[in-house]
Amino acid sequence: MTHTYLKGLACLGVALSLVGAAAAPVLASGGGDAIEPQHWSFGGIRGHFDRPQLQRGFQVYKEVCSTCHGIKRLSFRNLSEKGGPEFPEEGAKGLAETYKVNDGPNDQGKMFKRPGRLSDRIPSPFDNEQQARSANNGALPPDLSLIALARKVEAEHPFYALPYFMAKDIVTGYQEGGSDYLHALLTSYRDAPPAYKMDHGHMVAMTEADAKANPSLPRCASITSEAGADDVCNKMAEGMQYNVAYPGHQIAMPPPLRDGVVKYADGTPGTLENYSRDVTAFLAWAADPKLEERKRLGLMSMLYLLVVAGLLYGAKRRIWSKIPH
Amino acid sequence: MSDHEPSYHPSNPFSKWMDSRLPIMRMMHGQFVDFPTPRNLNYMWTFGGILTFMLVVQIVSGLVLSMHYQPSDAEAFNSVELIRRDVNYGWLLRNIHAVGASMFFFAVYLHMARGIYYGSYKAPREILWILGVIIFLLMMAAGFLGYALVWGQMSFWGVTVITNLFSALPLVGTGITKWLWGGYAVSGVTLNRFFSLHFLLPFVIFGVVILHIWALHVVGQNNPTGLDIKTKSDSVPMLPFAIMKDAFALAMFALVYAWFVFFVPNYLGDADNFIEANPLSTPPHIVPEWYFLPFYAILRSIPSKLGGVLMMFGSIALLAFLPWLDTSNVRSTKYRPIFKWFLWAFFFSVVALGYLGGKPAEGSYVMWSRVFTLYYFAFFLIIMPVVGLLETPRKLPSSIMDAVLGGGGGPTAANAATAAAEKR
Ligand code: HEC
Ligand code: HEM
Repeated sequence: MTHTYLKGLACLGVALSLVGAAAAPVLASGGGDAIEPQHWSFGGIRGHFDRPQLQRGFQVYKEVCSTCHGIKRLSFRNLSEKGGPEFPEEGAKGLAETYKVNDGPNDQGKMFKRPGRLSDRIPSPFDNEQQARSANNGALPPDLSLIALARKVEAEHPFYALPYFMAKDIVTGYQEGGSDYLHALLTSYRDAPPAYKMDHGHMVAMTEADAKANPSLPRCASITSEAGADDVCNKMAEGMQYNVAYPGHQIAMPPPLRDGVVKYADGTPGTLENYSRDVTAFLAWAADPKLEERKRLGLMSMLYLLVVAGLLYGAKRRIWSKIPH
Repeated sequence: MSDHEPSYHPSNPFSKWMDSRLPIMRMMHGQFVDFPTPRNLNYMWTFGGILTFMLVVQIVSGLVLSMHYQPSDAEAFNSVELIRRDVNYGWLLRNIHAVGASMFFFAVYLHMARGIYYGSYKAPREILWILGVIIFLLMMAAGFLGYALVWGQMSFWGVTVITNLFSALPLVGTGITKWLWGGYAVSGVTLNRFFSLHFLLPFVIFGVVILHIWALHVVGQNNPTGLDIKTKSDSVPMLPFAIMKDAFALAMFALVYAWFVFFVPNYLGDADNFIEANPLSTPPHIVPEWYFLPFYAILRSIPSKLGGVLMMFGSIALLAFLPWLDTSNVRSTKYRPIFKWFLWAFFFSVVALGYLGGKPAEGSYVMWSRVFTLYYFAFFLIIMPVVGLLETPRKLPSSIMDAVLGGGGGPTAANAATAAAEKR
């Protein structure tokens, strides 16, 4: 009985790896270009954050992204807690005090501003959605607290290869699709191609030759337009940037990072690539601050359960050994 | 049912005193210690125990979650985030409950597939089977209501799509929908009542589970041969034999469960549910939880809304009629050479529908959904009754013991084995 099971498992294993090899992975975000899976220190079942990287990532967030994006689910105290960037508590306190936080009402019934404290949430740049939109050409910069979990890369596999890729992601503990996407987004601003056509609501770049062959192309009104499959556009909509990782390729966020915009104190080269990785790692932590605790406890639990299962198996074998079944 | 002599002997004065007033220990002993279980059960029979375990896990983790959760439009999503970030081991609790729902369904699907493969729904187990179908329906309701509580984008839009289905019913449709919503749209009012019902349903399930187990212990367990227990040698007492096997299987299941809880807790969920519900922005693809996908595919494969709704509910309701749709007098598919192929094709169709349910409803996906939906219904309504009448089953072993000893073993072999078993 056991032998048949084992043989079956082995066959399944071999079949799955063959299918896997035949169907090379194609990762794409909503019809966009391929998004490469990255190596992240926090990926996989033994992953953990790289403290200096999280600290640099916070610096990038604070100096660049925070002009437009909030990170409202983080408090200043989180920045010095275990498992995160682990800034010294004094540092986090000092940082909090540089912010003015709304409080009140006071004894006179008036609202007032006071310096921030460790227990305060990190204030967002805008008071409300309307203010955020009016400062950003009508587009809304989303809060970044959960962005690393709220995005994914859509893997496009043929159906027969799906079991292989599902098993692979589960076994390797792959949960970093959101981070892969963020890194791709921040590093994928390109010059807009000469023209596009709409395909299922996504902009698809046309070649130079195609564009020349269609001289009188209409203009795309906005990224949200549910344009029909045949619509062809020759210009980016007003205030839009071309980004190959973004679904639809037109994004209202101007390229936030370029070489040298942030000065790192620890000697790490100030390149777009480094900024992007660091801020992405920081956002991954912000979305999942208990990641390290979770994986650590996970390894211990697996070990414990393995031992329990082994003992139970032994006991079961003994009990059943004289009983034909 | 029991061939075994009751072996409950209250030993101390208290248990004797109790036994003559409320013989609950005697009952438990008879039902869960001495209870005769077929000796040839395979690991597919361990899912009942696993499901009971999962129900308890969901109730306990759910109770603690409710102490921190706030069922309001403004605070639901925030409170789930608070649980993840600030409650001690809240992340663990939340993962246990969210992954637990998936594991619960994973186990129930295998449990049901086992029942179908080995003909466990046939006489005298019809009521047992129907109680199972009721539990499945209640679980689906609990899962759907629970997913709404997170109040992320997928929660909100899932609720919107599914509750809107009821509006397809003639005359009463819009009334029912408004009644479910508690207003003119899905809102915090809807969320609040969903929380109340989500809290209630698992306890209802618990009650039906007790009936389910009661019915099981009246008629006894089926087994891979589908034969009845005829003599004492066909069975072994539940403790330690079945219990030990169940315990080992549960540990293996817990390993898989823990893997998801600790290493890939979000694998089974949707990234969009990490975005707070926003009635003004519809996600590009609205997909329900994976365990609803086959039924979602059936729903979308029908061009008319009302038709789709009826087919979807019909596909589940049909299960309750299996005992009468199956005309074969052989229980186990092992001995049904023709039916076997149709059954595996059916299992394949359900998985295929699950795959298609997660894809956009366009192009060839719709076409294939229709093909598999058609097979789903044809399997129950045509193949089951017809094949049962036409097929010649393979020769059945004379008893469970006979099957265990490889068919060839005559009465002597069986006796020798029993003797060996009883020597211990
Ligand atoms: C000048 C303002 C501005 C700055 C600075 C800025 N963003 Fe944005 N960001 C936006 C706007 C506006 C959007 C909305 C884009 C849209 O809807 O097309 C956006 C969208 C995003 C998105 C969501 C993309 C998606 O998939 O929907 C991410 C992620 C993001 N920004 C990350 C960052 C990071 C990381 C930084 C800092 C390195 C940053 N942004 C700096 C304005 C900004
Ligand atoms: C049949 C058993 C149950 C099933 C199948 C079930 C299913 C679910 C599901 C699918 C979710 C959403 C999970 C997520 O994505 O986060 C959920 C959430 C929730 N459930 Fe249950 N549940 C069950 C029992 C219970 C019980 C008994 C309670 C309370 C007594 C409860 C309380 C809650 C609460 C408070 C939430 C929201 C918090 C959260 O999302 O983590 N559940 N449930």
